[in-house]
Amino acid sequence: MTRSYSAFSLFREGLRGHSGWAPAWRSPDPKPKYDAVIVGGGGHGLATAYYLARNHRIRNVAVIEKGWLGGGNTGRNTTTIRSNYFYPESVALYDFALKLYEGLSRELNYNVMFSQRGVLTVSHSEGEMEIAARVANAMQINGTDAELLGPDEVFQKEPLLNRSDRARYPVFGGVWQGRAGVARHDAVAWGYARAADRLGVDIIQDCEVEGFVIENGRCAGVETNRGTIRADAVGIAVAGHSSVLAAEAGFSLPIQSYSLQAMVSEPVKPCMRTVVLYLGTGTYLFQSDKGEIVVGGGLDRVPSYAQRGNPPMQRTVLSGMLEMLPSFGQLKLMRHWAGNVDVSPDSSAIIGPSPVPGLYLNCGWGTGGFKSIPAGGWLLAHLIAKDEHHEISRPFDLSRFTTGRLIDEAAGSGIAH
Amino acid sequence: MQLFPCPFCGLRDETEFHFAAPAGKVRPEPAGEVSAEHWASYLYMKPNPHGASREIWLHLACGEFFLMERDTMTHEVAGAQALRKEADA
Repeated sequence: MTRSYSAFSLFREGLRGHSGWAPAWRSPDPKPKYDAVIVGGGGHGLATAYYLARNHRIRNVAVIEKGWLGGGNTGRNTTTIRSNYFYPESVALYDFALKLYEGLSRELNYNVMFSQRGVLTVSHSEGEMEIAARVANAMQINGTDAELLGPDEVFQKEPLLNRSDRARYPVFGGVWQGRAGVARHDAVAWGYARAADRLGVDIIQDCEVEGFVIENGRCAGVETNRGTIRADAVGIAVAGHSSVLAAEAGFSLPIQSYSLQAMVSEPVKPCMRTVVLYLGTGTYLFQSDKGEIVVGGGLDRVPSYAQRGNPPMQRTVLSGMLEMLPSFGQLKLMRHWAGNVDVSPDSSAIIGPSPVPGLYLNCGWGTGGFKSIPAGGWLLAHLIAKDEHHEISRPFDLSRFTTGRLIDEAAGSGIAH
Repeated sequence: MQLFPCPFCGLRDETEFHFAAPAGKVRPEPAGEVSAEHWASYLYMKPNPHGASREIWLHLACGEFFLMERDTMTHEVAGAQALRKEADA
């Protein structure tokens, strides 16, 4: 049986008809009791279980997933990883994730295909260039890489961008983060699942949480469609469905769920090198390793759990694409889908203890969940293991809505929600 | 393209509407006696229901706020009513 992945094992299995690959993880029945149960088998939940086992040696852990691994937002995002935020707290958080992504394939012995091709945020006027300079300076002061580009440098990176004199959103320049990039989303979920499984974590799919075991005011486990599973601590990492689980536990969250849609074109020859975002259109796109053009944009502004997008936003996103890259007018779309994102009032994540002792939260990532998977997992694992915040997650505690110390990235870096 | 019912203008394109807030919140008064927790709950906490939902929407074309009952899973609209009527009743 081949357990460790390497060029050598691939070669050896190639010679013997790929007959020796072992399943990447087990599918055990749930045990009656665990040290910790993580609800949600997406990237954040699986990463939490992995870091509980690896960093804190808590290995009697279960990840419970109502569907299949990575079938929610982890499999529905546009895979961009970046840390071009404004506030020190946010850069510390997202850059921590970016640094973990940089070593993730080696760490997990699983190729997550992290490609640091850079993210280019394009500005369209003198005024926007001043804001771009402000963001680039803030990023540099906060210790991450950022560069302010002029129009020539932008066109050098992406020659197909609209150079017309009549462009509605002309290119004045932009902010460049070269360490940013894209990764294979399924591989991130599967890599964490396999690595967690090898450390003893039970991954239980097709198991839906229907309620919580609350004893003496403390969360002591979960009720599922496969019976009661007791646990000393429970973490929830369920993105768009966070409010549903919070309601089961008897509290509410400052979260509104929306659909965020994305689409890919047919594969074409290599024509884009980076990830490009236009501030003017709100559309961003890049070319996948297979050659498809991956396109995304803003939220559907209709509260929804539907995991599908409405046509008006699709039209907005695609008209944005045509403004940015007029030659893409000939592309045919292949697939179109949506995820169910958890948007908080200040567009920043919520990591911390919930109002119910023993129950911990990782939610509110909104449109930015994928890029933060390693950090979200690391920080939630720290919180569960030590029952106190890591210094990076402390500002993202739920209490900030009562104290008023918000981290307003919608205002700070103009993100799309 | 979905059509939403405005109680004043009838069925109109969804792009003419703006989701304002969940329905049923009452601003706590008087301000001086409201605790930070209570205020935060009023300001930020949301029911965010999966399924039947009561929401306040704004019809941008006529500028009226109204109550819309819809389903967040199927996007089906159960009804819409003017908020003025509620206030009068």
